[in-house]
Order: sequence, then C-alpha cells, then structure tokens
Amino acid sequence: MLDLVWLIPALPLAGFLLLLVAGRRLGEPGAGWVATLAAAGSFLATVVVFAGLLGEGEHSRSHVVSLFEWIPAGGFHVDMAFVADPLSITMALFVTGIGSLIHLYSIGYMHGDASFSKFFVYLNLFVFSMLMLVLGDNLLVTFLGWEGVGACSYFLISFWFGKDENASAGKKAFVTNRIGDWGFMLAMFLAFATVGSLSYSTLAEEAGNLAPVTATAIALLLFVGATGKSAQLPLFVWLPDAMAGPTPVSALIHAATMVTSGVFLMTRVNPILAQAYDWAPDVIAWVGVITALFAATIAVAQNDIKKVLAYSTVSQLGYMFLAVGTGAYVAAIFHMVTHAFFKALLFLGSGSVIHGMGDEQDMRRMGNLRTYMPITAGTFIVGWLAIAGVPPFAGFWSKDEILLYAFDASPVLWALGLVTALLTAFYMSRQVFLVFFGEERFRQPAAVEAAAAADADAAAEAEAADATTDAPEPVHEPHESPWLMTVPLVVLAGLAVVGGALNLPFTPDLHFLGHWLEPVLYGNEAHVDVETGTKVLLAVIATAAGLAGIAAAVAVYLQKRAKAVEPEVLANGWYYDATITAFMGGPGRAAFQALADFDKGVIDGAVNGVATLVRTGGRGLRTLQPGYVRSYALGIAVGVVVLLAYFLTRVSF
Amino acid sequence: MLAVAEVTPAWYLVLGSLIFTVGAVGLLVRRNPLVMFMCVELMLNAVTLTFVTFSRMLNDVHGTTVVVFVLVVAAAEVVVGLGIIVALLRKQPTATADDLTVLKG
Repeated sequence: MLDLVWLIPALPLAGFLLLLVAGRRLGEPGAGWVATLAAAGSFLATVVVFAGLLGEGEHSRSHVVSLFEWIPAGGFHVDMAFVADPLSITMALFVTGIGSLIHLYSIGYMHGDASFSKFFVYLNLFVFSMLMLVLGDNLLVTFLGWEGVGACSYFLISFWFGKDENASAGKKAFVTNRIGDWGFMLAMFLAFATVGSLSYSTLAEEAGNLAPVTATAIALLLFVGATGKSAQLPLFVWLPDAMAGPTPVSALIHAATMVTSGVFLMTRVNPILAQAYDWAPDVIAWVGVITALFAATIAVAQNDIKKVLAYSTVSQLGYMFLAVGTGAYVAAIFHMVTHAFFKALLFLGSGSVIHGMGDEQDMRRMGNLRTYMPITAGTFIVGWLAIAGVPPFAGFWSKDEILLYAFDASPVLWALGLVTALLTAFYMSRQVFLVFFGEERFRQPAAVEAAAAADADAAAEAEAADATTDAPEPVHEPHESPWLMTVPLVVLAGLAVVGGALNLPFTPDLHFLGHWLEPVLYGNEAHVDVETGTKVLLAVIATAAGLAGIAAAVAVYLQKRAKAVEPEVLANGWYYDATITAFMGGPGRAAFQALADFDKGVIDGAVNGVATLVRTGGRGLRTLQPGYVRSYALGIAVGVVVLLAYFLTRVSF
Repeated sequence: MLAVAEVTPAWYLVLGSLIFTVGAVGLLVRRNPLVMFMCVELMLNAVTLTFVTFSRMLNDVHGTTVVVFVLVVAAAEVVVGLGIIVALLRKQPTATADDLTVLKG
C-alpha cells in the first residue's frame, strides 16, 4: 500500500490537466466537481497510505518511492522521489482533507463567476504543488512544490485581476516570497556543498558530522525561506494583502496549508537545527513570538472581516515558530493541524458572511447576522472558541502545549505568548460580536458611510466612494449560504471541537501525535521538566487569559461599557507597510538607482571599453594590409634584410 | 683570356645572387601577374643553383637532395599558380597585381 504514495499528488495533477484541457467545456458546476473529486481521491489515497504506514513497525515507518532519477549530474544526484513517513503523511492528510472540503465549498462560493473553471484549475494545481512540497524526499522536490504553491498563490491572489489592487497584491506576495526563496536556495547550495546530498534521510544521518557553524547557516537560511512563505517578521507584509483573493483561497492557501509549510520545513530539518549553535533556535523562537504579538495587536483594530483573520493567521504562525524554536516540534505540528481546522473554518465562515451580505467585507456594516445565518454563525462561534483557547476546543490543547514548552525555555517567551493569547481572544470576540451580534448596521448605509468616510483607512474610503456612486444603494438582505458551503463548515466545526484529541496531555498514552511523529524527530524533541501542578496552573492561567480577552470584548463591543480603543497606529499595522513603502520609495529607490548607474557606468562601461579598444586597435592595424601584393613582397624583402643585418652583425661581434 | 679565367664555385654563387636579385627586384617593380610569377620562379631557381653549388663545395649530397624536392614543389606550384593567373586574366584581361585587393583589411 505504501507504494501508492505517488498516487497522492498524481490525482490532483490529473485533475489539473483535465481541467486545463476541458475545464471550459465542463463549465459550472462540472469543473468544480471534477476538481473536488480529484482532491477527495487524493485524500482517500492518503488514508490508504496512512493505514499502510500504521501497519509498519514504529521505526520502519519511512518509505521512499523513487519515480525516476531527476538530475544525474556527476556527483550531484537528485531523484524525483516521495517519502511516506509520519510527518509527510500527517501533512498530506490535512492538506488533502481540508483541501477537499474547500473545493466543495468553492463550488458554492464561486457560483456565477465568469472564470469558474479557471479557479478550479489553479486550485487543483495548488493541491498538487503542496503535496509535492510535503511528500518530497529531498530539499529540491520540496523546493519545486514550494515554488509551485508560490505561483498558485500568486495566480489566486490576483484571480480577479481586473482590479488594480488585486493584481498588485499578487505581485507583492510573489516578490516578498522571492526574498525568502533566496534563503532557501542558498541553504540548498550549502547543504549540497557540505553534505553532498539533498535527501532528508541523508541530511538527518550526516547532520551530526556538520560543523555547528554550517548547521547554523543552513538552518537560519532555511528559516529565511520560512519567514517568507509563512509570513513572519520581517516578511509578513504580503499575507494581509493576499486577502484580495477569493475567500476559499484565503482559507486553503493563506491559512491552512501553504503558509504552514515554513513550519513543516523547519520540523523536517530538525536534525540540522539540533546541530546548530544554541542561539539559532532562540532566534526562531523570538521571531515567532514577536511576530505573534505584533500581528495580534494589529488584528485588534482591523475593520475588514478577512484582514482580522489574516493578521490572526500571522500571529498563530508565530506561535508555531515559537514552538519550533523551543524544540516543541510535536506541539508545532499539533497547532498547525488544529489551526488548519479552525482557521479554515473561520475563513470559510467569513466567506459565507461575505457571500450572504453581497460582497460586503466591512464589519462595521454587519451585525446581528446570527438570526439570518444560523449555521454560519454557529460554526463560526465554534471556530472562535477554538482559537480563543477555551477548553475543550482544539485550539486550547495545542496552544497550551506551546505555552508549556515556552515557559520551560524562558518565562519571557511564555509571558509574551500569554499576552498574545489574551489579544487573540479579544480580537476574535470583537469580530464575532461585530458580525453576528449587536444591532443590524447594514440597514443604515448612510450612517456607516459617514463613519467610513471619517475613517482614514484607504480601503474603507474606496468602499464608501463606491457606495456613494452606486446611490441609492438597495439594502442587501443577508441570507444563509447554500448547502455546498455549509457542509464544509459543519465538518470543520466538528474537527475544531474534537481536534484536541489528537494529543491530549493527561497520560503519555494519549500523546497520539507525539508517538506518531517520534521517528521523524530523531529524539530532538525538547523534554519539559515541569511538575504536574505547575502544568495545571499554566493551563488555568492561559484559559483565564483567553476568558479575560473575551470578557473585555463583551464589555466593549456587546455591552458598550467602555469606548472601543482602536488606535490609528494599529489600524495601519504599526505603519510597517508604510515605512517599507517610504523607505523603498525614497532611499531604497535611490540606492537601487545608484546600483543601476554603477552597473551601467562601470560594469557595462568596462565591457564596452574593452570592445572599443579592440575595435580602435583593429582599425589601426588594417591599414597594414592594403591588398597590394607588391607591398607585401616589399615587406618580406625588408624583413629579410633586417633579419640578415641582425644576424650578420651579431655573428661579427 | 677566357681560358685563363677558371670557373670557380664562387662564380655560381655570384650568378645565383644576381638571378635572385633580378627576380626580387622584378617582383617588386612589375605589376603584371604573369611577370611577377616568373620573377618568383627566377628567385626559386637562383636558390636552387646556390644549393647545388654549396652541395658541390662542401661535398655534401643533402644540398642536391633538397634541389630535387624544390623542383617537385616548384612544378606543383607552377600548375596552381598558372591556373589562378589564367583564370584571373580570362575574367579580367587587363588586370594588374594592384587590382587584386579583394582581401584588403
């Protein structure tokens, strides 16, 4: 059964090719169903491989299927090979599982779109690339998938490319990711130069022989790649803008799967990270926790329903890197899985809201939607409780585990993580209350328009301007979404409730995920030495923080006891984006212009100078060859005389 | 008087250098391709004569051997050279060597 691993990426590839050729003819909803079946078939294949892997002994759970020798170049050998081991299959399971649900959802969401079939072409290509990424047996196959998902991300962010900002959001994502890919490629070069192979198993075996400085360099360069793909400081800027794409894309690519590939990569190369200097994991942990806190503060003041979730995703990814940095690889993967459940749920829920509200994304123009969209509201609330860390929902267990390891590593990391947890609960509650509770603000367009016009937020202003031009705007009556969209919501809500059962902390027997992942971690998982009493206390504090966040949101947004604090600086994301723009537009542009001038003047000048010199010299020399035979003869004669004179005089002296 | 003057090898050397000079000067001053070609032949034969003379003077057979080679090469060279000149003059009967500047730099 394990040899079937090639089938997992092959099915979405087949779906992609079929849709590429016949997508338009299949039309709506045929193309969507083909894509969904391809993804679901891939999920079934993954389940079969998973079952096969369970049948193996605990330490022989790594099966490499080599399809062909991809690059045979002297000492450099790379196979197109897939590996079925606990880590890759865990990833493949939730990628294909959640992917299938989101495909199904998209049939409903993309209903009536002019490019309906094209959307599913990209979606299947994405699933294929993502599976290449997680199943790859070596860094290069993973890199192939890495670039593939990057390209699909670009296609899908700019899916509605008719609008300028969508197109530029796609470009922003692509360019920002290039910076990260630079690190990934350098890490590959370095790994090949020092180890001589890119295969994960060889890297794991040889990691112990690497010099710490080399291991640190490889690990941190891969981390540079991870900060790009997984939207960490300083490269997170593309993810909030990526919300320009259709909402299922945000759920699948920019919340559940692609953005977690950085965490996956760092987990995959854990032997190298273990060999690196001690400060290397600390760098990862600190970048993670600072990103988590930074993004959580921004999420507090966003008004776009998807922007809140985008910053929340950045923040949760920071959590995962905090886990990786503190050696809690199992917790990182655990949180990745539960986060995939509840964040995909939240995004799909927000998509359902946007759909039901007639493409309205501003939370200030919503309110009390729970009476109109009961299923969406119910499932969204489950997602909210899961991300806020309320027991027994999935998010509580994984977040708590990360905080435990963080506490063991450094109380400061733990404190920052705790503040983030509080903020997370607060901004998610704010979102739920603004959208599903309170008064119905969508019936008073004028008042909201005034509020929006007063707001400096550029997007809101543009929307308000749109609304004015469309005046008199008909009031859109919210409606519940079709079953195609609510079924995935219900399934994901179920998973968000019980997802924590993957790795319950009570007894060692309940660490299912921990035992399952043990073979791929090579004993590099950190061991916490904390008493049970302290563990319980930490869990209580974390829960209290989450509940405090919810309570604060209740007081501010539901009971309106205090005025909402949404500082301008947070709404604008600490002006991080604006600073980059100002810097790149000013000194950055000047610096690059200087570089361009240097290139033109000095580098090109040197090349052109040599050419000019040769040409001038040649022009001078050609006069020596006039074409007159007699002058050549004279030349020979003179030469002979000179030579004779030379030899004769030399002989005589 | 003539009988008194004994023909020594030096005479042959002088004759060779005279013929060579005639050929060299002719090559430099004439423009007719055919005449220039004949001048080259003169120089070649002058050298051959010198070779034979030295061979005799030094009692070394190698000089004579070289002459045989030179004759063979000269015969081949004449065939090619005359072929070119005939082809050229047939195309342009009044051509001089100075007109043949197709390959100038």
